[in-house]
Amino acid sequence: MGSQPFAAKAAEVRIEGVSKRFGETWAVREVTLRIGRGEFFTFLGPSGCGKTTLLRIVAGFAVPDAGEVCFDEERVTDLPPWRRNAGMVFQSYALWPHLSVQENVAFGLRERRLPAAEIRERVVAALALVGLAGMERRRPSQLSGGQQQRVALARTLVVEPRVLLLDEPLSNLDAKLREQMGHELTRIQRELGITTIYVTHDQEEALGLSGRIAVMDGGRIVQEGTPQEVYHRPARRFVAEFVGVSNVFPGTVREASPGRLVAEVPGIGLLEASPDHAALPQPGAPVLLSVRPEAMTLWGPEEKPAGKNAARGMVRASTFQGASVEYEVLLEGGRPVRVSTATPKGQRPFPPGATVTVCFDPADVILIPPEAR
Amino acid sequence: MAGAGLLGRVRAIRVLLDPVQMALLLVLLTILVVFILYPLLQVLAVAFTADGRVSLIHLRNFFARPLFREALAASLLSGVLAVVFGSLVGLPLAYFSVRFQFRGRLLLQTLGILPLVIPPFVGAVAFQQVLGRSGMVNLLLQEHFGVTIPFMEGLAGVVLVQTLHYFPFIMLNTAAALANLDPSLEEMAQNMGCHGFRLFRRVTLPLVLPGYVAGALLVFIRVVDDLGTPLMLNYTKLLAPQAYLRITTVGLNDVDGYVICVIMVVLSLLALWGARRYLSLGEYATVQRGTTGASLARPVRGWRLLLVWVVSGSLLALALLPHLGIAVLSFARIWSFSVLPVQWTAGNYGEILFRTPHFVKNTLLYSLLAAGIDVLLGAAIAFLLVRGKVVGRSVLDAIATMPLAIPGVVLAVGYLRVFHGWDFPGLGQPLTASWLILVVAYSMRRLPYTVRACDAAMRQIHASLEEAAMNLGSNRRRTFFKVTFPLMLGGLVAGGLIAFITSSVELSSTIMLVPRMEMGPLAYGIYIYMQSAVGRGPGAALGVVAILLVLAGTVALNRIFSRGTGTAFKL
Repeated sequence: MGSQPFAAKAAEVRIEGVSKRFGETWAVREVTLRIGRGEFFTFLGPSGCGKTTLLRIVAGFAVPDAGEVCFDEERVTDLPPWRRNAGMVFQSYALWPHLSVQENVAFGLRERRLPAAEIRERVVAALALVGLAGMERRRPSQLSGGQQQRVALARTLVVEPRVLLLDEPLSNLDAKLREQMGHELTRIQRELGITTIYVTHDQEEALGLSGRIAVMDGGRIVQEGTPQEVYHRPARRFVAEFVGVSNVFPGTVREASPGRLVAEVPGIGLLEASPDHAALPQPGAPVLLSVRPEAMTLWGPEEKPAGKNAARGMVRASTFQGASVEYEVLLEGGRPVRVSTATPKGQRPFPPGATVTVCFDPADVILIPPEAR
Repeated sequence: MAGAGLLGRVRAIRVLLDPVQMALLLVLLTILVVFILYPLLQVLAVAFTADGRVSLIHLRNFFARPLFREALAASLLSGVLAVVFGSLVGLPLAYFSVRFQFRGRLLLQTLGILPLVIPPFVGAVAFQQVLGRSGMVNLLLQEHFGVTIPFMEGLAGVVLVQTLHYFPFIMLNTAAALANLDPSLEEMAQNMGCHGFRLFRRVTLPLVLPGYVAGALLVFIRVVDDLGTPLMLNYTKLLAPQAYLRITTVGLNDVDGYVICVIMVVLSLLALWGARRYLSLGEYATVQRGTTGASLARPVRGWRLLLVWVVSGSLLALALLPHLGIAVLSFARIWSFSVLPVQWTAGNYGEILFRTPHFVKNTLLYSLLAAGIDVLLGAAIAFLLVRGKVVGRSVLDAIATMPLAIPGVVLAVGYLRVFHGWDFPGLGQPLTASWLILVVAYSMRRLPYTVRACDAAMRQIHASLEEAAMNLGSNRRRTFFKVTFPLMLGGLVAGGLIAFITSSVELSSTIMLVPRMEMGPLAYGIYIYMQSAVGRGPGAALGVVAILLVLAGTVALNRIFSRGTGTAFKL
């Protein structure tokens, strides 16, 4: 790439108390966020959680009922989309079918009344950046899905937006291409240092690409943090179950001291956790314990490694997935759990019907604070 | 290996020559060739031969006659003017009805289609009553200001009537294109800094252009084709009336009539060819529909709302003037040289219902028959086009589409040339002496529309729906009757209704082909009645019947599609 053609004027984005209602339903409710300069930030959530509406509010396609949106020190809440310089990439790509690739990419530059020579230069550079040099004369309909995606990205980047808004950009691509485009996106984003807001319902994409994630549900942000924080310390049951797969056990606290917590879970008995954060709940308080399937291991019926939580059960189903084997185990108390173990070398996985002991380390037990309603 | 290759090839050929499909194809091709291609070729043959040899002498003669040159220029001019004025009326209404939210929007969408339900030649009579030399408006002007305005004189009157009759084609096609536009295409442009009129010019307009061009093309072709309006307004210096006059007064062997027909076909073809560039891009609007789907219609308030109301209100009022005029006229005993009728009566309806009931009866008979034939042919053609694998389907498609570019006058001339003077097999008399000729003409003229409707219906049925039935043990016949047919039914009925509606007010080919007075349909009846002053009342009453017929058909059609008004009239 050499000298960078796009001097990104990345902005900090602040969303303050933004709410938006469609009829009786709240699409976005009292959202406050600060997205730092050059950050790759993701709105993650199921469909209908308000993530796209929030993105459209940042882009200016929707006006919030309450709250403010600021780019750096500038209040943009009431600015129309064409005065914001917030580059958006639509889920459908929205390439204009009546214009060639060159004309599509040049569109925004022509809006900015740049001299023709400069437009040509920058279009060439933008297409090179996304790996589409030489495609200038093509029509969007002559491009593959992946190529259309790149044109859409080039068209948005070429105008040097203050913030890059991506609305489920990978959802129309097949699995292989999705991964490749994801890498490409992070590469370009890092190279340009542009503030990026990414909207997706795919937790793998969110965990893999983002610097920080806001998990959304019902128009609200339920947790905000790095991918590691969101994955390892879900703040709510919703987050634990939406981001990855979790076994969640509701129980009652019996003992609590720094670094050690014992809770009684009906049907299983006493489970031990070693919380390293947050305020400890008092004995007698209800608590949710969450354990990731890959933190669990399976042992023979009579085995019990020392220092671990253990529960006996029966294998109901097992699925071989190459690198791992996924089990569904019915615990003796009647509770089903999902267990994921690395495929053992030269050893047969437990067959359905086998009696096993499910074990997990207290350090892998995640405490979820009770829902604050 | 060689054996397998041979076997494969034999199998491939067997598919291409599937006997059942082949037989169907041959029957359809025979019908289309006899009733569309051959008559057209006959017209061409007469126009381009002299003394048994191919010759351009007749064509040269055509251009040597000032009257014909004027007629050609006037036809072109009326077509272009109708498109221009039709756009001035239709485009704002299309934009308002799709992009603005206001009280009366639904009314605009509903009333906007009404001009199409009045046959243009009926509208012409009504316009005479209202805007003519001694019509309502001019009488008032004369009384109060001592001046008159010649709205309806010469070509101006023809263009006025045609503009106000045909503009809904432009309005409906443009509105459909606008409504189908993926909103993210415009949002993206806004995101890039584009808005207001620039946004319209750089993105919206180019994307809507195919829809607009389709509508404009329809207007142009219909205007060139229109025989009734100029005859009613007594302006004959146009191609269609010239061809009609040559054939009916000079005779069936007058070569000039045929040359005029050829010129008309060429005009239609040129228009089609010119529009093709845009029509082939017709998929624009729906290529990539975004998921955001937010409606772009926005509320209008204040002076903008006032502007929208005034513009659409006055345009609609003008366009609905003929409906009012014809209704008033149908209840008038005497209405001439007065602002409103001096005496009222219901006798005009008595006249058409009891003294000349055959006009209405014939119309129902002919149009229903034509619609039935069209549904059968359309379904069979669509089946071969969509599901068939047999060779020669593209030829079928090409011939079935031809009537779009063949003016009614031309087809009628071809029929007179081909079927006159010899007994049609099984009929005992020449086809042109039987009322069946009208049914044939109507069904062939409307065939492209039914084929299109059936084709669309067929394409919507994913092959997997049929395969699922077969997979569950249903044979080909049962699959067709239990799955395919019920799913196609809507499309079939719609196609039939389109054929019925348009056939019931067809005039161009009717005037030339009606064998005897009592075999005439409604449109013919109106034409005959309107020739005399005393006949104008009953003629208007027939006009009201025609309006009601078309209106009923249109309402039924919209119920089936339930996708808003005007589906039948979109290209």
